[in-house]
Amino acid sequence: MSTREGEIVQFDNVGLRYGTDREVLSNVTFSLYSGRFYFLTGASGAGKTSLLKLLYLAQRPSRGAIRMFGRDVITLPRDQLPSFRRRMGVVFQDFRLVDHLSAFDNVALPLRVSGVREADLREPVADMLEWVGLAHRAEARPATLSGGEQQRVAIARAVIGRPEILIADEPTGNVDPEMAVKLLRLFEALNRLGTTVVVATHDVQLLRKVPDSLIMRLSKGMLADPTGALRYPPRREGTVGESA
Amino acid sequence: MKRPPALANAVDRGLAPFRGRRAAGLLPQARLGGPMPWVIAIMVALTVVAAGGALALSNMVSTASGDLAGSATVQIIEPDAGQRAAQVEAVQEVLAQDPAVEGFRVVPEEDIAELLEPWLGTGEEVEAVPLPALVDVELRDGAGRDDYARLEAAMREVAPRARIDAQSDWLAPVLSALSALKWMALALILMLGFVGAAAVWLAARNALGGNRKTIEVVHLLGGSDDQVARIFQRSILLDAIIGGVLGFVAGVLAMSLLARQFAALQSGMVAGGTLTAMDWVLIALVPLFAIAIAVYTARMTVLSSLRKSL
Repeated sequence: MSTREGEIVQFDNVGLRYGTDREVLSNVTFSLYSGRFYFLTGASGAGKTSLLKLLYLAQRPSRGAIRMFGRDVITLPRDQLPSFRRRMGVVFQDFRLVDHLSAFDNVALPLRVSGVREADLREPVADMLEWVGLAHRAEARPATLSGGEQQRVAIARAVIGRPEILIADEPTGNVDPEMAVKLLRLFEALNRLGTTVVVATHDVQLLRKVPDSLIMRLSKGMLADPTGALRYPPRREGTVGESA
Repeated sequence: MKRPPALANAVDRGLAPFRGRRAAGLLPQARLGGPMPWVIAIMVALTVVAAGGALALSNMVSTASGDLAGSATVQIIEPDAGQRAAQVEAVQEVLAQDPAVEGFRVVPEEDIAELLEPWLGTGEEVEAVPLPALVDVELRDGAGRDDYARLEAAMREVAPRARIDAQSDWLAPVLSALSALKWMALALILMLGFVGAAAVWLAARNALGGNRKTIEVVHLLGGSDDQVARIFQRSILLDAIIGGVLGFVAGVLAMSLLARQFAALQSGMVAGGTLTAMDWVLIALVPLFAIAIAVYTARMTVLSSLRKSL
Protein backbone atom coordinates (compact mmCIF):
# COMPACT_ATOMS: atom_id res chain seq x y z
CA MET A 1 0.00 0.00 0.00
CA SER A 2 1.78 3.15 -1.20
CA THR A 3 1.22 6.57 0.37
CA ARG A 4 0.35 9.60 -1.76
CA GLU A 5 1.64 13.06 -0.99
CA GLY A 6 -0.30 14.65 1.89
CA GLU A 7 -2.04 11.36 2.73
CA ILE A 8 -1.89 10.89 6.51
CA VAL A 9 -4.40 8.05 6.95
CA GLN A 10 -5.12 5.13 4.66
CA PHE A 11 -7.78 2.48 5.27
CA ASP A 12 -7.71 -0.41 2.83
CA ASN A 13 -10.48 -3.01 2.86
CA VAL A 14 -10.81 -2.73 6.61
CA GLY A 15 -13.32 -4.92 8.41
CA LEU A 16 -14.21 -4.94 12.10
CA ARG A 17 -16.21 -7.44 14.06
CA TYR A 18 -16.66 -7.75 17.82
CA GLY A 19 -16.40 -11.37 18.93
CA THR A 20 -18.26 -13.69 16.61
CA ASP A 21 -20.97 -11.18 15.64
CA ARG A 22 -21.34 -9.93 12.07
CA GLU A 23 -18.95 -7.23 10.90
CA VAL A 24 -19.84 -3.73 12.09
CA LEU A 25 -17.54 -2.32 9.41
CA SER A 26 -17.00 -4.02 6.06
CA ASN A 27 -14.51 -3.32 3.28
CA VAL A 28 -13.91 0.26 4.41
CA THR A 29 -11.44 1.97 2.10
CA PHE A 30 -10.59 5.66 2.23
CA SER A 31 -7.76 8.13 2.75
CA LEU A 32 -7.49 11.28 4.83
CA TYR A 33 -5.36 14.10 3.55
CA SER A 34 -3.47 16.61 5.58
CA GLY A 35 -5.29 19.89 6.24
CA ARG A 36 -8.75 18.72 5.07
CA PHE A 37 -12.03 18.87 6.96
CA TYR A 38 -14.09 15.67 6.98
CA PHE A 39 -17.57 14.92 8.22
CA LEU A 40 -18.42 11.33 9.05
CA THR A 41 -22.16 10.84 8.89
CA GLY A 42 -24.60 8.01 9.15
CA ALA A 43 -27.55 6.83 11.18
CA SER A 44 -27.15 5.59 14.71
CA GLY A 45 -25.52 2.16 14.66
CA ALA A 46 -23.98 2.74 11.23
CA GLY A 47 -20.54 2.21 12.69
CA LYS A 48 -19.31 5.82 13.10
CA THR A 49 -17.91 5.32 16.59
CA SER A 50 -16.30 2.00 15.58
CA LEU A 51 -14.60 3.70 12.65
CA LEU A 52 -13.36 6.51 14.90
CA LYS A 53 -12.03 3.95 17.40
CA LEU A 54 -9.93 2.47 14.62
CA LEU A 55 -8.77 5.98 13.75
CA TYR A 56 -7.68 6.91 17.24
CA LEU A 57 -6.09 3.51 17.79
CA ALA A 58 -8.42 2.28 20.50
CA GLN A 59 -9.24 -0.79 18.45
CA ARG A 60 -7.47 -3.03 15.96
CA PRO A 61 -9.40 -4.11 12.85
CA SER A 62 -10.36 -7.71 12.23
CA ARG A 63 -8.97 -7.50 8.71
CA GLY A 64 -7.59 -5.08 6.17
CA ALA A 65 -4.75 -2.57 6.41
CA ILE A 66 -4.42 0.79 8.12
CA ARG A 67 -1.53 3.18 7.61
CA MET A 68 -1.09 6.37 9.59
CA PHE A 69 1.58 8.97 9.08
CA GLY A 70 3.23 6.56 6.67
CA ARG A 71 3.38 3.57 9.03
CA ASP A 72 1.37 0.36 9.18
CA VAL A 73 -0.32 0.72 12.58
CA ILE A 74 -1.79 -2.79 12.68
CA THR A 75 1.57 -4.48 13.01
CA LEU A 76 3.03 -1.63 15.02
CA PRO A 77 4.49 -2.80 18.38
CA ARG A 78 2.34 -1.77 21.34
CA ASP A 79 5.03 0.42 22.85
CA GLN A 80 5.07 2.61 19.73
CA LEU A 81 1.35 3.39 19.82
CA PRO A 82 1.65 6.29 22.36
CA SER A 83 3.81 8.34 20.00
CA PHE A 84 1.11 8.00 17.31
CA ARG A 85 -1.69 8.86 19.72
CA ARG A 86 0.17 12.02 20.75
CA ARG A 87 -0.12 13.23 17.16
CA MET A 88 -3.92 13.05 17.43
CA GLY A 89 -6.54 14.93 19.38
CA VAL A 90 -9.73 13.13 20.27
CA VAL A 91 -13.06 14.52 21.46
CA PHE A 92 -14.94 11.55 22.84
CA GLN A 93 -18.72 11.32 22.60
CA ASP A 94 -18.90 10.96 26.39
CA PHE A 95 -16.08 13.54 26.90
CA ARG A 96 -14.09 11.18 29.16
CA LEU A 97 -12.89 13.97 31.40
CA VAL A 98 -11.03 12.84 34.51
CA ASP A 99 -13.53 13.47 37.31
CA HIS A 100 -11.08 14.32 40.09
CA LEU A 101 -9.06 16.79 38.02
CA SER A 102 -9.95 20.44 37.50
CA ALA A 103 -10.76 21.82 34.03
CA PHE A 104 -7.21 23.21 33.94
CA ASP A 105 -5.63 19.86 34.80
CA ASN A 106 -7.84 18.02 32.32
CA VAL A 107 -6.73 20.34 29.53
CA ALA A 108 -3.10 20.13 30.67
CA LEU A 109 -3.17 16.31 30.71
CA PRO A 110 -2.01 15.66 27.10
CA LEU A 111 0.89 18.06 27.59
CA ARG A 112 1.89 16.47 30.90
CA VAL A 113 1.68 13.01 29.33
CA SER A 114 3.90 14.30 26.51
CA GLY A 115 6.45 15.45 29.04
CA VAL A 116 5.95 19.22 28.82
CA ARG A 117 7.37 20.99 31.86
CA GLU A 118 4.94 22.61 34.29
CA ALA A 119 6.42 26.04 33.69
CA ASP A 120 5.88 25.66 29.94
CA LEU A 121 2.29 24.50 30.04
CA ARG A 122 0.65 27.06 32.31
CA GLU A 123 0.32 29.75 29.68
CA PRO A 124 -0.87 27.56 26.78
CA VAL A 125 -3.47 25.86 28.97
CA ALA A 126 -4.74 29.19 30.32
CA ASP A 127 -4.90 30.54 26.74
CA MET A 128 -6.79 27.47 25.59
CA LEU A 129 -9.33 27.75 28.40
CA GLU A 130 -9.83 31.39 27.53
CA TRP A 131 -10.23 30.44 23.86
CA VAL A 132 -13.10 28.08 24.69
CA GLY A 133 -14.56 30.66 27.08
CA LEU A 134 -13.84 28.79 30.29
CA ALA A 135 -11.03 30.82 31.84
CA HIS A 136 -13.27 31.59 34.80
CA ARG A 137 -13.96 27.86 35.37
CA ALA A 138 -10.33 26.71 35.30
CA GLU A 139 -10.43 25.25 38.80
CA ALA A 140 -13.90 23.68 38.45
CA ARG A 141 -14.27 19.90 38.51
CA PRO A 142 -16.16 18.29 35.58
CA ALA A 143 -19.09 17.37 37.84
CA THR A 144 -19.75 21.06 38.48
CA LEU A 145 -19.65 22.00 34.77
CA SER A 146 -22.66 21.98 32.45
CA GLY A 147 -22.78 19.56 29.49
CA GLY A 148 -21.68 22.29 27.11
CA GLU A 149 -18.83 23.38 29.37
CA GLN A 150 -17.64 19.80 29.71
CA GLN A 151 -17.71 19.48 25.95
CA ARG A 152 -15.59 22.62 25.56
CA VAL A 153 -13.07 21.30 28.12
CA ALA A 154 -12.93 18.04 26.14
CA ILE A 155 -12.32 20.00 22.94
CA ALA A 156 -9.66 22.17 24.58
CA ARG A 157 -7.94 19.00 25.81
CA ALA A 158 -8.08 17.52 22.30
CA VAL A 159 -6.51 20.52 20.58
CA ILE A 160 -4.06 21.78 23.24
CA GLY A 161 -1.17 19.74 21.82
CA ARG A 162 -1.78 21.09 18.28
CA PRO A 163 -2.53 17.60 16.91
CA GLU A 164 -1.96 16.75 13.28
CA ILE A 165 -5.40 15.19 13.16
CA LEU A 166 -8.44 16.00 15.31
CA ILE A 167 -11.09 13.33 15.68
CA ALA A 168 -14.40 14.38 17.24
CA ASP A 169 -17.24 12.00 17.95
CA GLU A 170 -20.58 13.86 17.96
CA PRO A 171 -18.98 16.97 19.45
CA THR A 172 -22.17 18.98 19.13
CA GLY A 173 -24.48 16.31 20.48
CA ASN A 174 -24.94 17.85 23.90
CA VAL A 175 -25.05 21.55 23.12
CA ASP A 176 -27.63 23.97 21.80
CA PRO A 177 -27.51 24.97 18.11
CA GLU A 178 -25.77 28.27 18.87
CA MET A 179 -22.98 26.53 20.77
CA ALA A 180 -22.79 23.84 18.07
CA VAL A 181 -22.00 26.51 15.48
CA LYS A 182 -19.43 28.10 17.82
CA LEU A 183 -17.69 24.75 18.28
CA LEU A 184 -17.72 24.17 14.55
CA ARG A 185 -16.07 27.57 14.01
CA LEU A 186 -13.45 26.50 16.53
CA PHE A 187 -12.71 23.34 14.52
CA GLU A 188 -12.53 25.37 11.35
CA ALA A 189 -10.05 27.74 12.95
CA LEU A 190 -7.91 24.79 13.93
CA ASN A 191 -8.28 23.34 10.44
CA ARG A 192 -7.07 26.61 8.94
CA LEU A 193 -3.92 26.21 11.02
CA GLY A 194 -3.27 22.93 9.20
CA THR A 195 -4.91 20.30 11.39
CA THR A 196 -6.90 17.59 9.63
CA VAL A 197 -10.35 17.45 11.22
CA VAL A 198 -12.72 14.48 11.29
CA VAL A 199 -16.11 15.20 12.86
CA ALA A 200 -18.63 12.42 13.29
CA THR A 201 -22.19 13.70 13.38
CA HIS A 202 -25.68 12.67 12.49
CA ASP A 203 -26.75 16.34 12.24
CA VAL A 204 -27.05 16.98 8.48
CA GLN A 205 -27.57 20.71 9.11
CA LEU A 206 -24.02 20.91 10.37
CA LEU A 207 -22.55 19.62 7.12
CA ARG A 208 -23.67 22.70 5.20
CA LYS A 209 -21.86 25.02 7.56
CA VAL A 210 -18.38 23.98 6.35
CA PRO A 211 -18.49 24.37 2.58
CA ASP A 212 -15.05 22.95 1.86
CA SER A 213 -15.59 19.79 3.85
CA LEU A 214 -15.59 16.27 2.50
CA ILE A 215 -18.33 13.91 3.60
CA MET A 216 -17.87 10.27 4.56
CA ARG A 217 -21.23 8.53 4.73
CA LEU A 218 -21.49 5.26 6.60
CA SER A 219 -24.42 2.95 6.14
CA LYS A 220 -24.65 -0.46 7.80
CA GLY A 221 -20.89 -0.59 8.20
CA MET A 222 -20.15 0.27 4.56
CA LEU A 223 -18.55 3.55 3.50
CA ALA A 224 -20.10 5.29 0.51
CA ASP A 225 -17.67 7.10 -1.80
CA PRO A 226 -19.56 7.27 -5.08
CA THR A 227 -17.45 10.10 -6.56
CA GLY A 228 -14.14 8.80 -5.28
CA ALA A 229 -13.62 12.13 -3.50
CA LEU A 230 -12.51 10.39 -0.33
CA ARG A 231 -9.74 8.51 -2.09
CA TYR A 232 -8.85 11.33 -4.48
CA PRO A 233 -10.06 14.60 -2.95
CA PRO A 234 -10.29 17.71 -5.14
CA ARG A 235 -7.31 19.99 -4.80
CA ARG A 236 -7.94 22.90 -2.47
CA GLU A 237 -6.06 26.11 -2.56
CA GLY A 238 -3.50 26.23 0.21
CA THR A 239 -3.73 22.52 1.05
CA VAL A 240 -2.02 19.41 -0.14
CA GLY A 241 -4.12 16.75 -1.86
CA GLU A 242 -4.55 15.01 -5.14
CA SER A 243 -7.41 15.78 -7.44
CA ALA A 244 -9.60 13.06 -8.90
CA MET B 1 -14.00 33.60 19.69
CA LYS B 2 -10.24 34.09 19.46
CA ARG B 3 -7.92 32.06 17.29
CA PRO B 4 -6.53 29.00 19.01
CA PRO B 5 -3.27 29.74 20.77
CA ALA B 6 -0.23 28.40 19.03
CA LEU B 7 2.01 26.55 21.43
CA ALA B 8 5.36 28.14 21.68
CA ASN B 9 8.35 26.31 20.28
CA ALA B 10 9.61 26.18 23.83
CA VAL B 11 7.02 23.48 24.52
CA ASP B 12 9.40 20.64 23.95
CA ARG B 13 7.80 17.26 24.22
CA GLY B 14 9.34 14.35 26.00
CA LEU B 15 11.97 16.28 27.94
CA ALA B 16 10.24 16.32 31.31
CA PRO B 17 9.13 12.88 32.45
CA PHE B 18 5.53 12.62 33.62
CA ARG B 19 5.99 11.85 37.30
CA GLY B 20 5.98 13.36 40.74
CA ARG B 21 3.05 14.92 42.56
CA ARG B 22 1.21 15.90 39.36
CA ALA B 23 1.40 12.39 37.98
CA ALA B 24 0.42 10.84 41.31
CA GLY B 25 -2.58 13.17 41.48
CA LEU B 26 -3.82 11.75 38.20
CA LEU B 27 -4.63 8.45 39.86
CA PRO B 28 -5.60 9.29 43.44
CA GLN B 29 -6.72 5.74 44.14
CA ALA B 30 -3.38 4.43 42.94
CA ARG B 31 -2.32 4.82 46.55
CA LEU B 32 -2.37 1.13 47.26
CA GLY B 33 -4.65 1.46 50.19
CA GLY B 34 -4.53 2.22 53.92
CA PRO B 35 -3.41 -1.18 55.21
CA MET B 36 -0.49 -1.57 52.80
CA PRO B 37 2.16 0.19 54.97
CA TRP B 38 1.01 -1.91 57.93
CA VAL B 39 1.13 -5.14 55.93
CA ILE B 40 4.67 -4.28 54.81
CA ALA B 41 5.61 -3.27 58.38
CA ILE B 42 4.45 -6.63 59.76
CA MET B 43 6.26 -8.54 57.00
CA VAL B 44 9.48 -6.58 57.59
CA ALA B 45 9.26 -6.98 61.40
CA LEU B 46 8.78 -10.75 61.11
CA THR B 47 11.55 -11.00 58.54
CA VAL B 48 13.94 -8.98 60.72
CA VAL B 49 13.25 -11.30 63.68
CA ALA B 50 13.56 -14.39 61.48
CA ALA B 51 16.78 -13.10 59.88
CA GLY B 52 18.22 -12.17 63.30
CA GLY B 53 17.29 -15.61 64.62
CA ALA B 54 18.78 -17.40 61.63
CA LEU B 55 22.03 -15.46 61.90
CA ALA B 56 22.25 -15.98 65.69
CA LEU B 57 21.63 -19.70 65.30
CA SER B 58 24.18 -19.88 62.53
CA ASN B 59 26.77 -18.15 64.73
CA MET B 60 25.88 -20.39 67.65
CA VAL B 61 26.33 -23.57 65.59
CA SER B 62 29.62 -22.46 64.07
CA THR B 63 31.03 -21.27 67.44
CA ALA B 64 30.02 -24.47 69.22
CA SER B 65 31.28 -26.65 66.37
CA GLY B 66 34.59 -24.79 66.34
CA ASP B 67 34.99 -25.09 70.09
CA LEU B 68 34.25 -28.79 70.14
CA ALA B 69 36.07 -29.81 66.99
CA GLY B 70 39.07 -32.01 67.92
CA SER B 71 38.15 -32.20 71.60
CA ALA B 72 37.67 -35.56 73.27
CA THR B 73 37.45 -36.97 76.78
CA VAL B 74 39.00 -40.24 77.94
CA GLN B 75 37.01 -41.80 80.74
CA ILE B 76 38.39 -44.61 82.93
CA ILE B 77 35.68 -46.17 85.05
CA GLU B 78 37.57 -48.36 87.53
CA PRO B 79 36.37 -48.72 91.14
CA ASP B 80 39.81 -49.67 92.44
CA ALA B 81 41.76 -46.45 93.02
CA GLY B 82 45.16 -48.10 92.52
CA GLN B 83 44.16 -49.78 89.27
CA ARG B 84 42.56 -46.54 88.11
CA ALA B 85 45.76 -44.56 88.73
CA ALA B 86 47.82 -47.19 86.90
CA GLN B 87 45.46 -47.11 83.90
CA VAL B 88 45.64 -43.30 83.83
CA GLU B 89 49.43 -43.51 83.67
CA ALA B 90 49.26 -46.06 80.85
CA VAL B 91 46.72 -43.99 78.92
CA GLN B 92 48.98 -40.91 79.23
CA GLU B 93 51.82 -42.85 77.65
CA VAL B 94 49.63 -43.92 74.75
CA LEU B 95 48.39 -40.36 74.23
CA ALA B 96 51.89 -38.91 74.37
CA GLN B 97 53.04 -41.21 71.58
CA ASP B 98 50.05 -40.88 69.25
CA PRO B 99 50.70 -38.49 66.30
CA ALA B 100 47.05 -37.34 66.21
CA VAL B 101 47.17 -35.96 69.74
CA GLU B 102 48.01 -32.29 70.12
CA GLY B 103 47.88 -32.29 73.91
CA PHE B 104 46.08 -33.71 76.92
CA ARG B 105 45.35 -32.92 80.54
CA VAL B 106 44.34 -35.21 83.38
CA VAL B 107 41.34 -33.63 85.08
CA PRO B 108 42.15 -33.36 88.84
CA GLU B 109 39.91 -35.39 91.15
CA GLU B 110 38.87 -32.20 92.98
CA ASP B 111 37.53 -30.76 89.72
CA ILE B 112 35.56 -33.94 89.04
CA ALA B 113 34.14 -33.88 92.57
CA GLU B 114 33.15 -30.25 92.09
CA LEU B 115 31.43 -31.08 88.81
CA LEU B 116 29.44 -33.84 90.46
CA GLU B 117 28.70 -31.95 93.67
CA PRO B 118 25.18 -30.84 92.59
CA TRP B 119 24.22 -34.51 92.23
CA LEU B 120 26.29 -36.25 94.89
CA GLY B 121 26.73 -33.53 97.50
CA THR B 122 29.72 -33.47 99.89
CA GLY B 123 30.80 -35.43 102.90
CA GLU B 124 32.55 -38.62 103.88
CA GLU B 125 29.91 -40.91 102.34
CA VAL B 126 30.42 -39.22 99.05
CA GLU B 127 34.18 -39.53 99.24
CA ALA B 128 33.64 -43.26 99.41
CA VAL B 129 31.97 -43.25 95.99
CA PRO B 130 34.57 -44.14 93.33
CA LEU B 131 34.80 -41.39 90.68
CA PRO B 132 35.93 -42.08 87.12
CA ALA B 133 39.24 -40.62 85.98
CA LEU B 134 38.96 -38.11 83.14
CA VAL B 135 41.58 -36.98 80.65
CA ASP B 136 40.83 -34.04 78.31
CA VAL B 137 42.42 -34.62 74.93
CA GLU B 138 43.04 -32.13 72.11
CA LEU B 139 43.51 -33.72 68.70
CA ARG B 140 45.32 -32.14 65.81
CA ASP B 141 43.31 -30.47 63.01
CA GLY B 142 41.93 -32.97 60.59
CA ALA B 143 41.69 -35.80 63.11
CA GLY B 144 38.80 -38.04 62.21
CA ARG B 145 36.90 -41.19 63.15
CA ASP B 146 39.86 -43.43 62.25
CA ASP B 147 42.10 -41.60 64.73
CA TYR B 148 39.50 -42.01 67.49
CA ALA B 149 39.17 -45.74 66.71
CA ARG B 150 42.95 -46.23 66.67
CA LEU B 151 43.41 -44.33 69.95
CA GLU B 152 40.65 -46.29 71.64
CA ALA B 153 42.13 -49.60 70.49
CA ALA B 154 45.62 -48.60 71.71
CA MET B 155 44.28 -47.47 75.09
CA ARG B 156 42.16 -50.58 75.56
CA GLU B 157 45.32 -52.70 75.35
CA VAL B 158 46.86 -50.93 78.38
CA ALA B 159 43.67 -49.76 80.13
CA PRO B 160 40.73 -52.12 79.53
CA ARG B 161 38.25 -49.75 81.26
CA ALA B 162 39.19 -46.69 79.17
CA ARG B 163 36.68 -45.15 76.76
CA ILE B 164 37.18 -42.15 74.48
CA ASP B 165 34.26 -39.82 73.56
CA ALA B 166 34.48 -37.05 70.98
CA GLN B 167 32.84 -33.99 72.60
CA SER B 168 31.17 -33.11 69.33
CA ASP B 169 29.25 -36.40 69.53
CA TRP B 170 27.51 -35.28 72.73
CA LEU B 171 26.23 -32.08 71.15
CA ALA B 172 25.65 -33.40 67.65
CA PRO B 173 21.86 -33.73 68.10
CA VAL B 174 21.68 -30.21 69.59
CA LEU B 175 23.74 -28.71 66.75
CA SER B 176 21.63 -30.58 64.23
CA ALA B 177 18.44 -29.19 65.80
CA LEU B 178 19.88 -25.65 65.80
CA SER B 179 20.88 -26.06 62.18
CA ALA B 180 17.36 -27.21 61.29
CA LEU B 181 15.95 -24.15 63.07
CA LYS B 182 18.29 -21.92 61.07
CA TRP B 183 17.08 -23.38 57.76
CA MET B 184 13.50 -23.08 58.94
CA ALA B 185 14.06 -19.38 59.65
CA LEU B 186 15.49 -18.91 56.15
CA ALA B 187 12.46 -20.70 54.66
CA LEU B 188 10.24 -18.41 56.73
CA ILE B 189 12.03 -15.35 55.28
CA LEU B 190 11.40 -16.62 51.75
CA MET B 191 7.74 -17.25 52.52
CA LEU B 192 7.35 -13.79 54.06
CA GLY B 193 8.87 -12.28 50.92
CA PHE B 194 6.45 -14.25 48.77
CA VAL B 195 3.42 -13.30 50.92
CA GLY B 196 4.49 -9.62 50.87
CA ALA B 197 4.81 -9.66 47.09
CA ALA B 198 1.40 -11.35 46.81
CA ALA B 199 -0.17 -8.65 49.01
CA VAL B 200 1.31 -5.91 46.80
CA TRP B 201 0.13 -7.77 43.68
CA LEU B 202 -3.44 -7.91 45.00
CA ALA B 203 -3.40 -4.25 46.07
CA ALA B 204 -1.97 -3.11 42.73
CA ARG B 205 -4.60 -5.06 40.79
CA ASN B 206 -7.31 -3.58 42.99
CA ALA B 207 -5.96 -0.04 42.46
CA LEU B 208 -5.73 -0.67 38.72
CA GLY B 209 -9.37 -1.76 38.66
CA GLY B 210 -10.41 1.38 40.53
CA ASN B 211 -8.62 3.60 38.01
CA ARG B 212 -9.36 1.72 34.80
CA LYS B 213 -11.31 4.58 33.19
CA THR B 214 -8.64 7.17 33.93
CA ILE B 215 -5.87 4.87 32.73
CA GLU B 216 -7.77 4.30 29.48
CA VAL B 217 -8.00 8.06 28.96
CA VAL B 218 -4.29 8.50 29.70
CA HIS B 219 -3.54 5.77 27.14
CA LEU B 220 -5.73 7.36 24.49
CA LEU B 221 -4.03 10.72 25.10
CA GLY B 222 -0.69 9.09 24.35
CA GLY B 223 0.35 7.98 27.81
CA SER B 224 2.60 4.93 27.86
CA ASP B 225 2.44 1.85 30.08
CA ASP B 226 5.67 2.94 31.66
CA GLN B 227 4.18 6.30 32.68
CA VAL B 228 1.20 4.60 34.33
CA ALA B 229 3.45 2.02 35.99
CA ARG B 230 5.65 4.81 37.39
CA ILE B 231 2.64 6.37 39.13
CA PHE B 232 1.92 3.07 40.89
CA GLN B 233 5.61 2.56 41.67
CA ARG B 234 5.74 5.96 43.35
CA SER B 235 2.67 5.14 45.39
CA ILE B 236 3.96 1.76 46.59
CA LEU B 237 7.41 3.27 47.22
CA LEU B 238 5.93 5.66 49.78
CA ASP B 239 3.92 2.86 51.42
CA ALA B 240 6.94 0.54 51.43
CA ILE B 241 9.26 3.15 52.95
CA ILE B 242 6.81 3.87 55.77
CA GLY B 243 6.16 0.14 56.32
CA GLY B 244 9.84 -0.75 56.02
CA VAL B 245 10.95 1.78 58.64
CA LEU B 246 8.14 0.86 61.06
CA GLY B 247 8.76 -2.87 60.58
CA PHE B 248 12.51 -2.54 61.01
CA VAL B 249 12.15 -0.62 64.27
CA ALA B 250 9.58 -3.11 65.59
CA GLY B 251 11.71 -6.08 64.52
CA VAL B 252 14.88 -4.74 66.14
CA LEU B 253 12.97 -4.00 69.37
CA ALA B 254 11.59 -7.55 69.41
CA MET B 255 15.08 -8.94 68.78
CA SER B 256 16.54 -6.86 71.62
CA LEU B 257 13.93 -8.21 74.02
CA LEU B 258 14.61 -11.78 72.92
CA ALA B 259 18.38 -11.23 73.19
CA ARG B 260 17.94 -9.97 76.76
CA GLN B 261 15.92 -13.07 77.65
CA PHE B 262 18.56 -15.40 76.21
CA ALA B 263 21.42 -13.47 77.80
CA ALA B 264 19.79 -14.13 81.20
CA LEU B 265 20.41 -17.86 80.62
CA GLN B 266 24.17 -17.18 81.04
CA SER B 267 24.96 -20.11 78.80
CA GLY B 268 28.25 -20.23 76.95
CA MET B 269 26.52 -21.70 73.94
CA VAL B 270 23.98 -18.86 73.76
CA ALA B 271 26.82 -16.34 74.01
CA GLY B 272 28.18 -17.86 70.79
CA GLY B 273 25.05 -16.60 69.01
CA THR B 274 25.94 -12.92 69.40
CA LEU B 275 25.34 -10.97 66.17
CA THR B 276 28.36 -9.48 64.41
CA ALA B 277 28.56 -6.09 62.66
CA MET B 278 28.12 -7.85 59.29
CA ASP B 279 25.00 -9.56 60.64
CA TRP B 280 23.53 -6.17 61.52
CA VAL B 281 24.32 -4.90 58.03
CA LEU B 282 22.43 -7.90 56.60
CA ILE B 283 19.48 -7.23 58.92
CA ALA B 284 19.47 -3.55 57.89
CA LEU B 285 19.15 -4.72 54.27
CA VAL B 286 15.80 -6.42 55.05
CA PRO B 287 13.64 -3.25 54.72
CA LEU B 288 15.57 -2.23 51.59
CA PHE B 289 14.87 -5.62 50.03
CA ALA B 290 11.22 -5.34 51.08
CA ILE B 291 10.95 -1.92 49.36
CA ALA B 292 12.64 -3.24 46.22
CA ILE B 293 10.37 -6.32 46.08
CA ALA B 294 7.23 -4.18 46.63
CA VAL B 295 8.16 -1.66 43.90
CA TYR B 296 9.19 -4.38 41.44
CA THR B 297 6.02 -6.39 42.11
CA ALA B 298 3.80 -3.32 41.65
CA ARG B 299 5.54 -2.43 38.39
CA MET B 300 5.31 -5.96 36.97
CA THR B 301 1.65 -6.29 38.04
CA VAL B 302 0.69 -3.00 36.39
CA LEU B 303 2.66 -3.64 33.20
CA SER B 304 1.34 -7.17 32.75
CA SER B 305 -2.21 -5.97 33.30
CA LEU B 306 -1.84 -3.01 30.90
CA ARG B 307 -0.39 -5.25 28.19
CA LYS B 308 -3.80 -6.88 27.90
CA SER B 309 -5.26 -3.59 26.66
CA LEU B 310 -4.46 -1.94 23.33
